[in-house]
Amino acid sequence: MVNLGDRFRDLGRMDALGSQESTLHRLDPRAKVLVTAAFALVVSSFGRYEVSGLLPFALFPVSLAILGEVPWGYLLKRIGLALPFMLVLGALNPVLDREVLLHVGPLAITGGWLSSFSMVLKLVLTVASAVVLVATTGVDGVCQALERLGLPQVFVVQIGFLHRYTFVLAEEAVRMLRARELRSNGHGLTHREFGPLAGHLLLRTWDRAQRIHQAMLARGFDGNFHMLRRSSFGPRDLLFLFAWCAIFLLLRIVNFPMLMGSLVSGGG
Amino acid sequence: MDQADDCGPNVGGLCMHMADALLSPAVGGIMWAASAAAVARSSRKIQQELDGNRIPLMGMLAAFVFTAQMINFSIPGTGSSGHLGGGLLLAILLGPDAALLATASVLVIQALFFADGGLLALGCNIFNLGFLPAFVAYPLVFRPLATGKAGQLPRALAVLLGAVVGLQLGAFGVVVETVLSGRTALTFRAFLLAMQPIHLAIGLVEGVVTLSLLAFLQKARLELPRPTEQADTAGRATVALGLLTLLLGGWVAWYASKHPDGLEWAIQRVTGQSELQGTASGWHGRLARVQATTAVLPDYQFKGSQEGSRAVTSLSGVMGGAMTLVLVAGAGWILHLRKRRA
Repeated sequence: MVNLGDRFRDLGRMDALGSQESTLHRLDPRAKVLVTAAFALVVSSFGRYEVSGLLPFALFPVSLAILGEVPWGYLLKRIGLALPFMLVLGALNPVLDREVLLHVGPLAITGGWLSSFSMVLKLVLTVASAVVLVATTGVDGVCQALERLGLPQVFVVQIGFLHRYTFVLAEEAVRMLRARELRSNGHGLTHREFGPLAGHLLLRTWDRAQRIHQAMLARGFDGNFHMLRRSSFGPRDLLFLFAWCAIFLLLRIVNFPMLMGSLVSGGG
Repeated sequence: MDQADDCGPNVGGLCMHMADALLSPAVGGIMWAASAAAVARSSRKIQQELDGNRIPLMGMLAAFVFTAQMINFSIPGTGSSGHLGGGLLLAILLGPDAALLATASVLVIQALFFADGGLLALGCNIFNLGFLPAFVAYPLVFRPLATGKAGQLPRALAVLLGAVVGLQLGAFGVVVETVLSGRTALTFRAFLLAMQPIHLAIGLVEGVVTLSLLAFLQKARLELPRPTEQADTAGRATVALGLLTLLLGGWVAWYASKHPDGLEWAIQRVTGQSELQGTASGWHGRLARVQATTAVLPDYQFKGSQEGSRAVTSLSGVMGGAMTLVLVAGAGWILHLRKRRA
């Protein structure tokens, strides 16, 4: 069972990381969102059997994680949580695709191993880049960027509400589950109990959500979240955007690991 | 796909998250466009009917589904556990437009916070888990069948069937998107036969849990602001469009499964040649030649060509890969030192 409390502490931790100060945090959120999207697009454009060409792309999450002071342990934990699903799916490929494509010394490597390795590598890269984006921008920053990039305002406010109410709800949920656990003498939650339990959670939260909403209206909430850090898109942001896009393009076209490898081993 | 046991003994909607690593840019981009259009349309409608009480309700119910998805319960007689998905529940409580926005917001937060799925896969996930339950299963299955009063048998069956159909469609979406992207070795048939039966079970669990929650809310006489009725009749064009996309997708996937790569196949059909050809001279040609001499697998062309030269090629690939990682680590170390000094 997932530890609900743990998961929400992670949520809070992400928010704390997002409100730090660094060169990267000060960049316009739009630049970071666009670069991360370009990264996902370029990484996913690699074919099924591509492994070596993907490796240099680690440069992006690694350097951003350092510049943005994202803790390594945290980043690895997030990747670790996403990994098992892809490992299960990837494990099928070597069974299904047994054609030998490569020989490394005495080792014969089949297409299935290559494709499953490629999938896992892509997962690690894309998950790492998404974690780094939020840890250096914050959810509010990402929302602000999305709105200014053309996402409907109602939807952005909806994401903002969800983000805020989640913390209200999580407190209630953790308290209810702990109370149930203490009285249940080790019995697990059954589907019969889930309905009333979740229903009560909904009732309590609905009450609180209404009170919060009234309080927000009383303080002049007009359907908009106003940001303190409302940055403008400056030359630094433009440089960040274009430099990374150029690097991605270069790495996509030229396979540096192969180039270096053939220089060293003299083969082609 | 957020935790290890999610796709093992634990059944639930999260199992169906598409991931960036399984997608090609073409499929991801098309699904992004489709979902963006649907979200934009629903946002416009919500903005028009803007009722002060519905906005916090949307946010609160989305947060509720987000939290409830993490509460696992055991399923009797199977030794496995499950959790709420919430797609149909939101559609019933909020109406399709608000339900789409609520589900989409949950998926955005999951993609950003927990890296579930990823940014490119967001379009697929919003379509599979948001659009299909709210705009296909809800208006075409639940509403026509839900004739009786709440708590009576016809309505209960409508909830069950609506949940099952919604999850079957979502699972089918995952299969089509995965096969079209061509990143796994799974064939369309094999993946379909694996996914649909599992999601039949997941759909039934989803239906039972949704039913028990609705029953509780009725017993508690919670007065939630009702969605306006016109909200779900005006969605016909969208529904038709969604179904058309699905049918077309299924048809394309059927053909694509006989071919190694859906996109390549499509290019072949469109242009009449197997690969897009750039001009042989100039930059494109030069780069292509550079790539041809350096790529590990220049379009899998050396399947079954001479053994000796290939061994050298792959050895240099492994060495180059190791050197790249060392270089990336080195660059990271330099950045780290510079940051420390600054």
